[in-house]
Amino acid sequence: MFSEIKKSLLVSVWFMFLTFPIMVVKVNTIENTIIWRWENLVLVGFGSFFLSFLWRFMHNKKATKRRQDYKDALSKIFYDNLIENKKVFVPIIIALIIFILLFPKLFSTYQVTIMTTALIYIVLGLGLNVVVGFAGLLDLGYVAFYAVGAYTYALLNFNYDISFWVALPLAGALGALAGILLGFPVLRLRGDYLAIVTLGFGEIIRLVLENWGEVTHGPSGIAGIERPNFGFDLSIVGSINAIYYFVFLFVLVTIFFTNRLQNSRIGRAWVALREDEIACQAMGVDKTKTKLSAFAFGATWAGFMGAVFAAKTTFINPASFTFLESAIILSIVVLGGMGSIPGVILGALILILLPEYLRAFSEYRMLIFGGAMVLMMVFRPQGLIKSKRRRYNFESMSKKQLKERQNAASS
Amino acid sequence: MQPLLEINGLTMDFGGLRAVDNIDFNIYSKEIVALIGPNGAGKTTFFNCVTGMYKPTSGDIYVYADGDNRKRVNGLKPNKVTELGLARTFQNIRLFKGMTVLENVMIGRHCRTHANIFAALMRTKRIVREEYESASYSYHILERVGLHAFANEIAENLPYGAQRKLEIARALATEPNILLLDEPAAGLNPQETENLIDIIKMLRDEENISVLLIEHDMGMVMKISERITVMDYGKKIAEGTPDEIKENPDVIKAYLGEDVDA
Repeated sequence: MFSEIKKSLLVSVWFMFLTFPIMVVKVNTIENTIIWRWENLVLVGFGSFFLSFLWRFMHNKKATKRRQDYKDALSKIFYDNLIENKKVFVPIIIALIIFILLFPKLFSTYQVTIMTTALIYIVLGLGLNVVVGFAGLLDLGYVAFYAVGAYTYALLNFNYDISFWVALPLAGALGALAGILLGFPVLRLRGDYLAIVTLGFGEIIRLVLENWGEVTHGPSGIAGIERPNFGFDLSIVGSINAIYYFVFLFVLVTIFFTNRLQNSRIGRAWVALREDEIACQAMGVDKTKTKLSAFAFGATWAGFMGAVFAAKTTFINPASFTFLESAIILSIVVLGGMGSIPGVILGALILILLPEYLRAFSEYRMLIFGGAMVLMMVFRPQGLIKSKRRRYNFESMSKKQLKERQNAASS
Repeated sequence: MQPLLEINGLTMDFGGLRAVDNIDFNIYSKEIVALIGPNGAGKTTFFNCVTGMYKPTSGDIYVYADGDNRKRVNGLKPNKVTELGLARTFQNIRLFKGMTVLENVMIGRHCRTHANIFAALMRTKRIVREEYESASYSYHILERVGLHAFANEIAENLPYGAQRKLEIARALATEPNILLLDEPAAGLNPQETENLIDIIKMLRDEENISVLLIEHDMGMVMKISERITVMDYGKKIAEGTPDEIKENPDVIKAYLGEDVDA
């Protein structure tokens, strides 16, 4: 305990020394006088002492065994009662769905627009989760696929008057194609190198959109994109609500599909690729196919959402597809929990809704964001909700029984 | 007799270094062969060439998949080699740490199952059956090596000896004809080594699998192998039964060095 205080004291002295020139000394250049603000020194001293002490305390707590047990028990209660016990889980989900369905009736159009954005980011997060969370391929240029989807619909609608419903599948398909195009050159790359190439890819797409004026209309973007036609005439408010419901439906579809794939032969191969690429190949998994399918499947959702985004805002320009967007989507995945579907949903809601409702602190948004990320990585690197491995149904089946079963099924 | 694996004049260069030098080697049905030699003799490089991790500089590697069907495997990707019935384990354990024990073995089933992305999304009847079968067969393999109690554990949490066995189980799930084990007994205690010997013999006798192993535990090598090949500086210096190898002067020289007085 005493050594802890000593360490914190040292930290605070060091911080007082470091910040002395900027926090204490103030030069008035007009009157050529120096103002000594000693009260700031005291504040810095106390502040850094307190924070350093808290930091160390949290660290120690994290390291001790009791904490671990407590955490395990907590996650057990959480999983057994919430996720695995259907009696609790199903009513919560139903209540949540009813709330989401009634949302436009309960709140203003402004809130509905924000919620639609959050739902779009859930889909984007789930898509990136396939690439980063399952397959372990760090992709810093994910927004490129989003841009491909958005421009697909915008340009088709602007030039050929093609409706949203025709353009949507095309946007998804082009997203997947862009995923494969990116996938080929990076097949041999891992980790940091992959991250840099994908970062470059994202920037290339943005720069092409910005500079290929004859086709993409450059930085001024494309305006007047049609909202989707839902089969009957809607007012603007009705149309916003309709898009909200449509995106919600899309979220459900995405959850359903990614969950299915996660627990399939393909999903297992993705995770194995993340865990050990060499062993994965030696066990008979085709690395090329597996990587490309992860890129393509992840990018498809971004393509779909791009088209929805274009239809929702009716105006797009390259400024919507900067690296910051990729970083936010990646943060959603990392914050929520890599490879965890409920985690990514929670991450998207927190990262998109909180900044909207904390507009009062908007100046400090990036500061809070960065700080929160640092704290997360130190104290809970696995994310808010840790991904959980699935249990399978099985009996014991020998090779002979297996072959007999297969023959019986095929005949 | 026709071999399962036929290797002629296998050579592997890394720049100016010849790691494997003109090796001829055959493996026949239902036999246990050991590959021994001092550290750096090129044994693991040899393994990596055979399993497709490296592309050999020269020489031919043939696999007799079923019957007379001879297939050259030089330059094939590792997953293709595995599909032809050659499965391997690694010297430094390479498990899928975050996955369960059963899932580790199920990855081995990947090349024997067929679900593609669309079938998996639709979860057709065939896929449901295939999944059930691969989980069940994987569990059966775990039973064979005695790991079934750990089926739902995370692989990383297994004790060291069990991790070694899990690597073997995972390789078995690919339905191999030949199993290549790279130092399977490294780090095991005497009981665990005995247990491993039983497993390897069981594989040969009951599953008809030929085993090629690299091993430094001479007790184990002498006990189970029918033939031993000795490598030193990339060359094959001796080949024969355990008794012949024990007496071979070249082998003794390679391991113990030459007597200065001689």
